[in-house]
This record gives sequence, structure tokens and C-alpha cells, in this order.
Amino acid sequence: MPARATEQKILLSATAVERTLRRMADEIVELNDGTGNLIVVGIQRRGVQLASRISALIEEREHDRVLQGSLDITLYRDDLQTVGPRPVVGPTDIPWDIDGRNVVIVDDVLYTGRTVRAALDELADFGRPALIALAVLIDRGGRELPIQPDIVGKKVSVDKGDRVDVLVDEIDGRTAVVIVPATAGPAE
Amino acid sequence: MTSALGKDLLDLESLSPEQIRLILDTAEPFKEISERAIKKVPALRGSTIVNLFFENSTRTRISFEFAEKRLSADTVNVSSSGSSVSKGETLVDTARNLEAMRIDMVVIRHGASGAAAFLAERIESNVINAGDGTHEHPTQGLLDILTLRDKLGDLAGRRVCICGDVLHSRVARSNIWGLKHVGAEVAVCGPRSLMPNAIEQLGVTVFERIEEAIEWADALNILRLQFERMTGGYIPSSREYNRVFGVSRERLEKAPRDILILHPGPMNRGVEIDSDVADGPHSVILHQVTNGVAIRMAVLYLLAGGKPELAEAAKGGSR
Repeated sequence: MPARATEQKILLSATAVERTLRRMADEIVELNDGTGNLIVVGIQRRGVQLASRISALIEEREHDRVLQGSLDITLYRDDLQTVGPRPVVGPTDIPWDIDGRNVVIVDDVLYTGRTVRAALDELADFGRPALIALAVLIDRGGRELPIQPDIVGKKVSVDKGDRVDVLVDEIDGRTAVVIVPATAGPAE
Repeated sequence: MTSALGKDLLDLESLSPEQIRLILDTAEPFKEISERAIKKVPALRGSTIVNLFFENSTRTRISFEFAEKRLSADTVNVSSSGSSVSKGETLVDTARNLEAMRIDMVVIRHGASGAAAFLAERIESNVINAGDGTHEHPTQGLLDILTLRDKLGDLAGRRVCICGDVLHSRVARSNIWGLKHVGAEVAVCGPRSLMPNAIEQLGVTVFERIEEAIEWADALNILRLQFERMTGGYIPSSREYNRVFGVSRERLEKAPRDILILHPGPMNRGVEIDSDVADGPHSVILHQVTNGVAIRMAVLYLLAGGKPELAEAAKGGSR
């Protein structure tokens, strides 16, 4: 969408994203009191990339392996009976026993809280963690459910129709956080 | 508004390559659900599905039932014996009565070719064909293709030979259509008496000797001899059939490459397939069964729901 590029406002550059993720990684280690017992779980799609970057940052600092997983919450959505056509289902991969562990859910943008509600339900089908925490790169407000993050990269306040897009190298070819105003048209 | 598949899944002949790929790709994440401790996701919560089986089936019915239950649908099984069907009720009356009880989907197996399409035209619920006469068995074709794709990767240019009782086989027809849609080369092999007339017109190679098929193929899909559908003397005897067309280890050892062995089950061991082949290193027969659940979950998921008018209402839309 090069024609629309001028309408986007860059909220975080690649270096700012890196710096923010580093702080979030530190906060996760602090919250968890080390890396033992920790599992970092990213929500499809971009939460997965952010989770693996955060895990790499923790491993770099703590010189210890961080267990990772990924969660696709499509089949747990509360609007599945009403959306059409059927949303694409991505892979879920939780290769670890999560009973008694500390699970940190990582997602890109926290908005209504409905995705996190679905993720909590899905995790419960995998086991009973000792603790589940929520880390998000962007909290844009607008919650429709009583869900709050434990670790936040950046809090922003935007209009209801605006989009906050987190871009990652692996999917988008670059890393940034941009605000796309409602007038810029539908998502890609 | 319907899903990318439309309202029903009746056959593979009328699907596009993109639709087949959509089903196969959707089945991938569903494989993982059956590996979980709690094998259940809430995707079809509140949907009611009737499994309407006018012919005996163990594997297919159980596979559909697992798929439905793992998606949290409510299921009811109706079989011809012990229901009003045995009192002479027509297919449409049975289905309309079920629909009056507010069901969402019907999975139907019937001895008459075209029964699923006949029903689909007359009821609003989604209809999935679980085998109609000698016409098609689309979910079996799809699970065979998924299994082949798991083992061989891209199937374009790969050679699959369907062996045995092609005449009575809906599995053969679904495989031929489905495999051709994904770009595979397809052949059939069996006695002339068990080949439909003008089978070549479907664009398949015909081998009259099993040795030729083994020489040519990357995979053999070995069909069951359907004695229950054979009204005349199609073959001299099971023993004679095994001697001429049976897939044995000795025959496979002469193959120029490893050949994958598929069978839709139930097997007649020692007739169309020998035990040491069925249980051998290249057999993917149980992998087919595992994939069957994932394929059926994918089809149910893709056909179900998707009612955007409800979404508009939920948004408080102006209309």
C-alpha cells in the first residue's frame, strides 16, 4: 500500500520496538523470578514472532533456554458462528506440559480482550499452569472484557476506527508499529 | 452467504483445485487437536449434526463422530435398521422430519448413487456425502490425498495407481477426480470385469497386469473387493484373484522404487492385499485412518456457520 504510506503514523521504529521488547523481556524474568518454570506462548500470527524475539533476548541475558509455544485461537473465537467466510486456522504448538508452570502469553496488540479470553480458554485445555500472565507490545485500550495486561510495551490512545498494526520482519519484511487512520481504507 | 466450499460437500468432481487445497490445508492444524490431552475445541458448539447411515459403516461413521465431537458439535446417529426408514419412510421425509427438529448438518451414506445430492437440493441443512452408491466418497478421497501429500509432498506429476474393484468403488471415483485436480497422474489396474466401461475417458491409464502398475507407480491405493455388491460372477474366486492381482511382498520387491501402500479398509487380507504388505514398512493404512478424522474436522469446520447476517445484527448494523 505505498500510496497510503503517507497516511500512516509510525508509533515505534524498529529500534524502538527492539528497546521495548528488551524491557519486556527483563520484566518477564522479574515477574517469573528467573527462567525456570517459564513458558513463553505467542498468539498467532505476530504474537509468535514477538514471543520468539523476547525468548531470544531472555536467553541472551540469562544464558538459559526458554521454552516456547504458539497458540492459534481461531477455533475458540466467540464470533465463529457469525463470521464468514471461515477464518483460516493456523498451527497451535504447545509441546510442553504446562501443568504447574508459569505461562506468559505474548500478543502484539491488546484491544477488546476477546483474543486473550479465547487464549485463556484454549490454554485451560492443555493443562493447569501455576500462573498465566499477559505481555503485549501495544495496549490500545477499548476493552470489552475484564482483561488487563501484566506487562505492556507501550500504551496508546487511538480513535475507535483506527488500526494499530505491528509489523514484523518475518511476515511484513520490516519491523515497526504504525497507526493507520480509519480513512486509510480496509486492512490488507 | 456460504463458505468457500458452498453449502454441501457432495463430490470431488465439481470442486476446484483451490477448494481441495483449502480443505487439505485446513486439515493440517486439526491434526494437532487429536494429539492433545483434552481432544476438543469449541468451534462447532451449539451445532447439531445428524449422521444418517443407510448402509453399514464402522470406520467412516466413527471417524465422522470423532470429528464432530472434537469440534464440540452435538451428534445424533440414525441408521436404517431400527428407524422409520425400515417402515418405508422416504429419504426426504426422514430428513425433513429431522430438520423440523432444528438440525444444522446431515452426514449421509446411502446405497443409491446421487442420494446425497438429491437430499442437498431439498433441505436447508449442510449435507456431507459419506458415500453414495458407486458414485463418490469425497472425504475418503480427501484423506487419501492428504496422506499421499504427507508422505510425498507436492503431488503434481506423482503417479498413483488405484487397484482392484474399480467398478463398484466410490472411493476410486473420488480419488481419480481429487488426484487429477491436484495434478497427479492416475492409473487403474484390475480385471476387465471390474473396470467400468470407458474408464479411459476419465483420463486415467489402464493397466491390466499388477506387475505393470507396480513398475509405474509411486503409490498404490488398493481397493477392497466388494463381494456384497457383486451380483454376478465378476471373478473366478478370491484365491484366483489373489494369485493374479493380489499385492504381495514378492511383487513389491521387484519395484524400481519404494511404493506407498494405501487401502481404504476394511481389508480382505490374503485377497487384494497380503498381510506382510498391509503391515509392512511402506503401508500408510493407519495414517489414513488418523488423517480421516482431521479431514472430516476440516470439512465440518469449513461448511458450518459463517452467517454474516448475524454478525451485522450483533454490530447493531443499520439493516
